[in-house]
Amino acid sequence: MSLGTNSMSNDTILKVEHLSMRFGGLMAINDFSFEAKRGEITALIGPNGAGKTTVFNCITGFYKPTMGMITLTQRDGEHYLLERLRDFEITKLARVSRTFQNIRLFSGLTVLENLLVAQHNALMKASGYTILGLLGLPAYRKASAAAIDKAKYWLDKANLTERADDPAGDLPYGAQRRLEIARAMCTGPELLCLDEPAAGLNPRESAALNTLLHSIRDEGVSILLIEHDMSVVMEISDHVVVLEYGQKISDGTPDHVKNDPKVIAAYLGVEDDEVEEIEEQLDEGTI
Amino acid sequence: MTQPSALENSGLMMQAVKEAVFAGAVAFGLFILYVGIETYQDINNALVWRTRWGLLFSFVAIAAFGRFVVVGFIKPHLDKRKRAKAKAGIPEVTDHKGFFHRHFLKIALVLLLLYPPLSVMLAGTQGSLKYVDNFGIQILIYVMLAWGLNIVVGLAGLLDLGYVAFYAVGAYSYALLSEHFGLSFWVLLPMAGILAAFWGIILGFPVLRLRGDYLAIVTLAFGEIIRLVLINWTVVTKGTFGVSGIPKASFFGIWSFDVGAPNNFTKAFGLSMSSAYYKIFLFYLILALCMLTAYVTIKLRRMPIGRAWEALREDEIACRSLGINTVTTKLTAFAIGAMIGGFAGAFFATRQGFVSPESFVFLESAVILAIVVLGGMGSLTGIAIAAIVMVGGTELLREMEFLKHVFGPDFTPELYRMLLFGLAMIVVMVFKPRGFVGSREPTAYLKERKAVSGSFTKEGHG
Repeated sequence: MSLGTNSMSNDTILKVEHLSMRFGGLMAINDFSFEAKRGEITALIGPNGAGKTTVFNCITGFYKPTMGMITLTQRDGEHYLLERLRDFEITKLARVSRTFQNIRLFSGLTVLENLLVAQHNALMKASGYTILGLLGLPAYRKASAAAIDKAKYWLDKANLTERADDPAGDLPYGAQRRLEIARAMCTGPELLCLDEPAAGLNPRESAALNTLLHSIRDEGVSILLIEHDMSVVMEISDHVVVLEYGQKISDGTPDHVKNDPKVIAAYLGVEDDEVEEIEEQLDEGTI
Repeated sequence: MTQPSALENSGLMMQAVKEAVFAGAVAFGLFILYVGIETYQDINNALVWRTRWGLLFSFVAIAAFGRFVVVGFIKPHLDKRKRAKAKAGIPEVTDHKGFFHRHFLKIALVLLLLYPPLSVMLAGTQGSLKYVDNFGIQILIYVMLAWGLNIVVGLAGLLDLGYVAFYAVGAYSYALLSEHFGLSFWVLLPMAGILAAFWGIILGFPVLRLRGDYLAIVTLAFGEIIRLVLINWTVVTKGTFGVSGIPKASFFGIWSFDVGAPNNFTKAFGLSMSSAYYKIFLFYLILALCMLTAYVTIKLRRMPIGRAWEALREDEIACRSLGINTVTTKLTAFAIGAMIGGFAGAFFATRQGFVSPESFVFLESAVILAIVVLGGMGSLTGIAIAAIVMVGGTELLREMEFLKHVFGPDFTPELYRMLLFGLAMIVVMVFKPRGFVGSREPTAYLKERKAVSGSFTKEGHG
């Protein structure tokens, strides 16, 4: 990858420092820090209720963190403090886009329209905030043709070209997941945040998803993902962060994390002497 | 085949009779107080009551007989047809469209353009007044209002129960500015729209963070506030007396429709004096305004802003995750909807020559919203049809003189307008829950433009 030309400070795309989120008396996230490297797939894992989605919502601006700093560094060296931006500005300016745990597509719009809505800001500018577009200037027509080309590119990547003119709500579940990722990619992000992209997928759909994620990474887009499905996490991620009760308990390569007794205990809630047994199972890949 | 079907038939008839008796009982319970008993004032102004058993009986009989026919004959017939179709393998929905269906919009437009001359030909100059004014203009005003509200409710999914406020702002803008500054209709038409849009934004800023029911309640209150201001700010608005003597619109300043003016239209063409020409002019004016509204709506739907509106209706959180500023998106929807309401208001003022707060009650908002919902949210064609049915239908009831021969001379069909109005809405909602046109046209396509079924689109939640 051509990332070697970048300076050292540019290697980190997302830096979360001392992030805390309190809901009334509940401390959902407590002093959580981690870094995501540019061009890597970073996975955020943890048992149910560990606060993974809360971390995501803080990064993407849907929650305002109680404490902490989230710094995003773009390829050209520009820094954004995400906790200070409004939710839509995080996508528009900082170029972070996300998907949701329960798929949020525009089900009454066609697949193609979903991808065009994602290019709203670029098209808005090209249409002179609607006014020039209403006059039918060629600049807007060119921009909308380019938008359709971009949508076609991602339709092809997500293997959805056949269904382009169907309503998004009509797609099967796995295709809806891929469409949501394609839609997030159409915003032109530098960091893509995926909340459980493999949830509810069958093995074949899961494999198709892995291919899609790899091809996204190969385009130089960094990925941060929450995942329960260990086969997905271990296979595709370069770096894994484990969260339990709002605190980080492990951080490192997939191999490191999967052999970390704390992680195993967190996931399975077992006695220490049983940990070995679980480790064996993990090595065999049965979990 | 004959033996079991006879057995089946007798079972069916039994069920039909049972359901008919039940329907009759329900109708009896419902109508005994409303229809069976009538209160009236006698000669001493005392309130007394009398019974109307005959009328009550006919209501009950209609309900029971109707239910009997539906259960006994219509339903089995429909089922049989469906089964036959399924057996023959004919799909329920066919892609084939007839000539009328394909060219529906063009035919409708030509009919609308020919409507005034046709009514003059058929009913005479003076007789055409009723058809052009009461039906044509009245319906087209509602078409325009409903298309304006459609942007807010149908596209952006923001439930606005106070739309009539913007209509009022437009009407009073024209009435007051023309009275105090003597500006012409053509100057004030855009100004009325801009002022209404301005009020749309003023209302929008504080309330658009609200969603669903809360937004509906606040917009409802806003509509009432505007009306109460119009009633109570007597220095400016003359309160309940209203503003009268609003000048007529001119034909772009070339010909006037004022009787005394030297460039009077009828004089210039040597026609006999009649207000029919002014009404015909107004008909084409409101038609042009409607076409403008439709053009803007169709164009905007294909622009990023229009897609953002529809996306907002589908899922607001997803919109924000895609970098769409939902506040400005909602505000533009509100402002453009309000602007169209303002245009319609200015037109209303010049057509009536008189405005008063009476014209801008909540019922108007409710009727406009009902037209949007009945038409199928987001569909211009459906809404236009709904406006014709709702407004034209209630106007038509004024013409039902022959009903007096059926129900006796005391029967006044106008009084039943609202009842039938409600009944029609229930019927439409039962058979077409998504409105007349439930599907939506995609704004872009790769290979073919397929209509999106209404079961996928959402109504929005504020």
